[in-house]
Amino acid sequence: MSELITIEVNGKAYDVRPGQMLIEATDNLGIEVPRFCYHKHLSIAANCRMCLVEVEKMGKPLPACATPVAAGMKVWTQSEKAVDAQQAMMEFLLINHPLDCPICDQGGECELQDQAMTYGKVQSRYQEVKRVVLDPDIGPLIETEMTRCIQCTRCVRFGTEIAGIRELGGIGRGDRMAITTYVEQALQSELSGNIIDVCPVGALTAKPSRYTARAWEMIAHATVAAHDSVGSNIEVHTFDNKIVRVVPRENDTINQCWISDRDRFSYEGLNSSERVLKPLIKRDGEWQTVSWQEALAHTHELLTQLKPEQSTGLASANATLEELYLFQKVLQGLGVSQIEHRLRQVDAQATQVLPAVTWLGLPIEQISEQKLIILIGSDVRHEQPMLNHRIHLAQRLGAQVFALNMRQVAFNYPVEQLAVAPAQLSSLLQSVISGLSEQGLALPNDGSTLELIQRHDTQNWVQGLLAALAQAQGKVLVLLGNSAQEHPYYADLATLAQLLAQQLSGHLGFIPPQANSVGADWVTTLAPQDEVGKAVELNSELDTVVLLNVEPEYDTANPYLTLSRLRQAKQVIAITSFMSPALRDYATVILPCTPWAETSGTYVNAEGTWQFARAVTEPKGEARPAWKILRVIGHQLSVPECEYVNIEQISFELRRLVDKHPLTPPTIQPVTTLRISNESGLERIGEVQAYRVDNVVRRASALQALVPETKAHIHPNTATHLALMPDTLVTVRQGEASLSLPVWWDESLPENTVWIAGGTEASAQLGEAWGRIELRAGGKT
Amino acid sequence: MTSPVLKRKSDLLTEHERHEIEHWLKRYPPEQKRSAVLAALRAVMHTDGYLSTAKMDAVADYLSLPPIAVYEVANFYSMYELDPQAAAKYSISICTNVSCMLCGSDQIVEHIEAKLGVKIGERTPDRKFFLKNEEECLAACASAPMMQVNHVYYTNLTPEKVDEILDGLE
Ligand code: SF4
Ligand code: FES
Ligand code: FES
Repeated sequence: MSELITIEVNGKAYDVRPGQMLIEATDNLGIEVPRFCYHKHLSIAANCRMCLVEVEKMGKPLPACATPVAAGMKVWTQSEKAVDAQQAMMEFLLINHPLDCPICDQGGECELQDQAMTYGKVQSRYQEVKRVVLDPDIGPLIETEMTRCIQCTRCVRFGTEIAGIRELGGIGRGDRMAITTYVEQALQSELSGNIIDVCPVGALTAKPSRYTARAWEMIAHATVAAHDSVGSNIEVHTFDNKIVRVVPRENDTINQCWISDRDRFSYEGLNSSERVLKPLIKRDGEWQTVSWQEALAHTHELLTQLKPEQSTGLASANATLEELYLFQKVLQGLGVSQIEHRLRQVDAQATQVLPAVTWLGLPIEQISEQKLIILIGSDVRHEQPMLNHRIHLAQRLGAQVFALNMRQVAFNYPVEQLAVAPAQLSSLLQSVISGLSEQGLALPNDGSTLELIQRHDTQNWVQGLLAALAQAQGKVLVLLGNSAQEHPYYADLATLAQLLAQQLSGHLGFIPPQANSVGADWVTTLAPQDEVGKAVELNSELDTVVLLNVEPEYDTANPYLTLSRLRQAKQVIAITSFMSPALRDYATVILPCTPWAETSGTYVNAEGTWQFARAVTEPKGEARPAWKILRVIGHQLSVPECEYVNIEQISFELRRLVDKHPLTPPTIQPVTTLRISNESGLERIGEVQAYRVDNVVRRASALQALVPETKAHIHPNTATHLALMPDTLVTVRQGEASLSLPVWWDESLPENTVWIAGGTEASAQLGEAWGRIELRAGGKT
Repeated sequence: MTSPVLKRKSDLLTEHERHEIEHWLKRYPPEQKRSAVLAALRAVMHTDGYLSTAKMDAVADYLSLPPIAVYEVANFYSMYELDPQAAAKYSISICTNVSCMLCGSDQIVEHIEAKLGVKIGERTPDRKFFLKNEEECLAACASAPMMQVNHVYYTNLTPEKVDEILDGLE
């Protein structure tokens, strides 16, 4: 820490850190200085001049946001000179402002309005014509009203510096300057919603919640978002027991002051017309609405006939810790040991070699301190936008980022990336590791017995990595992404990732896919040891399946197979918030549970932080929290220790168990032989589309408008070889499953791969997300 | 079927434009490609007479810039035309700012409009002349009134002198 220096503000002396701008110092001291363009997480533009203050010995007032503090500096924020400057700036800013606060969504929470009231003159002297700016349509999430814009450029800087893609810009100059995309198009950034918050005026407002309620009519509830695995801190604003909008709540260690669009706009899904509001029972193939009593009695009857060996429970990793815990308790009480939440993982070996809890391995905040980050099988930008933001931050602070992927992922910062077809990813990693060991980086003991094949030319990449390593000062992080976790050879990839991390003396971490993936993993450690990790085998003799907020057609690795098995199962009990045509088909009983925001519970985020999210609205219809439903079921079946009075009691019990089962750095029990894939033919890449990850997001309409039409993406060379022209139809086939899709030429893919997004309507009709696929020109006949 | 060549946005650039951009790129450090954007747009103006969005995207692609960064520059400087209707062999800007106005620029405007049969902001049907809307003082006040034809300044104008200049243009 450098020595503090003394400055004087409004006649009082303060000790402050040197090197900071005056506005940072006054902010820390709680002295108010008005501002528009300054934002603590953005670069300094100093273009609005609203922060002018008087500084001793300076002729003109100075902008506090662009004036560094200096020892002995004397500042006045409220002197005649300062006030004069502030009033003049305010008047100037309002010259072209429409002053349409009564019809502006920002009214009541507008920085311009507030500062005009505090620092402005009572009356305007401006009599002339005001300018009018046309509003560009920038997509379904953000409404524009550009006449209100004061050109502070916060949104433009946000795009360049935080979102990493510059989409908005200042077009024209002087009094004709306007903020726009120029070519009308929807913003592509997965963090775009944050410009609503950074915009100090009503120029950029949230489109889905526009004109729903006034800022002062809403009730703010502090809670935690339930999609990204970082557990972003948010405020949910409600009006009339309905969620109007979601905004970030500052937490420097988790999400700073940002949230992803997915966490911001997902709430729309809660009001979907597909919400199940009453219990339902299928009788003679007909669905009947019944009372809870009847539904639970029926469920009880079904469960008493359950054959444990042939039964399974599938839970969403977006469920709360309490729900997952009770789900496991009740099913185990019935003798069912096949309980799974990692529904996209297919590698049976992974359960043997991977740690029970796959988590980030370090605090989220520390990502930005790393100097060398290596991503394996990850489109982290779309998987976990906020973790990607931290990597971006690290990169801006000088870190170098490398990636080994199955396609050239479009990152929003520079990345040294190698991409090969899925079957080659393991051999690519092996080539890298051998390359590094040839360069003198010793293989750790457990790696020396492995036979590594060197099939790929990774020389340049390895050289780059070594150069970066030389400057990394031991701050190295290897991260396994969602695609790696869904890979058929996940165990091998994890073993190799660990070898690589050891070679580089770095940390190894996992990018957890869902809001409570880490929590759900952790719950499995509470089960008796021999029961852990039994992979679910969906054979044709399934007896009972219990679902907890899972939609198998979207949430599993092989929708076609899972759906057909569920249809063959003797009985399917679905505890769910949403109806779907598939559910109608395979389920026997539907017990409506409350989704996030209508239910309280704990989420464990990527770094292992426990956060309790309190319910913010009343349950819809007769939906009940899943933990209550499970409690009753458990009680009826005399499962011991199911008698909880309230959610806190379960949370408390779980909290006490943490000490006995703490999170340890994720360590892999290395595989002893690496599998070699000699696959020829086409392979599918089935990454899940970012807005199709869970049952709530899938029903959030504004986000859904951003999901592109599903196409079969193929490398142009492969496409030419197969005589497939863009936008012609192709029949894709995986075993019995087949579907017609339009062709899309995509140079980012390796040859001989077909990329079809997972979690979509189209992929619901297909088989393995990562596996063999066949193509035939022309539509399905 | 021949091997496909995916269309890149920069494919639209002509040989001459590429040559010009490359020439300018040499003057800047390799990581500062954006420095060449002014020159690149000028090259495009030279061939097309205006900047189409497709060509601006081509420049962005060629220089690895986000397209908006190119749009910003193109919209900032008045020497770039964005309207295809402004593309002409000769673009004429007649200064009508204070000094020129006091020295009779209104008369020059009237004369040229009558001579070419088009108003300010319009182009002659043969696409030879475009009368550009006034921007600001063109910094030749000492020899007012003046006009600029493409890159050339003509000063101390009189209607006769204007005739001579315009008639002399191919
Ligand atoms: S739109 Fe808002 S954030 Fe962007 S420049 Fe205008 S006032 Fe600033
Ligand atoms: S906040 Fe200082 S100039 Fe805008
Ligand atoms: S006013 Fe015409 S050149 Fe200055």
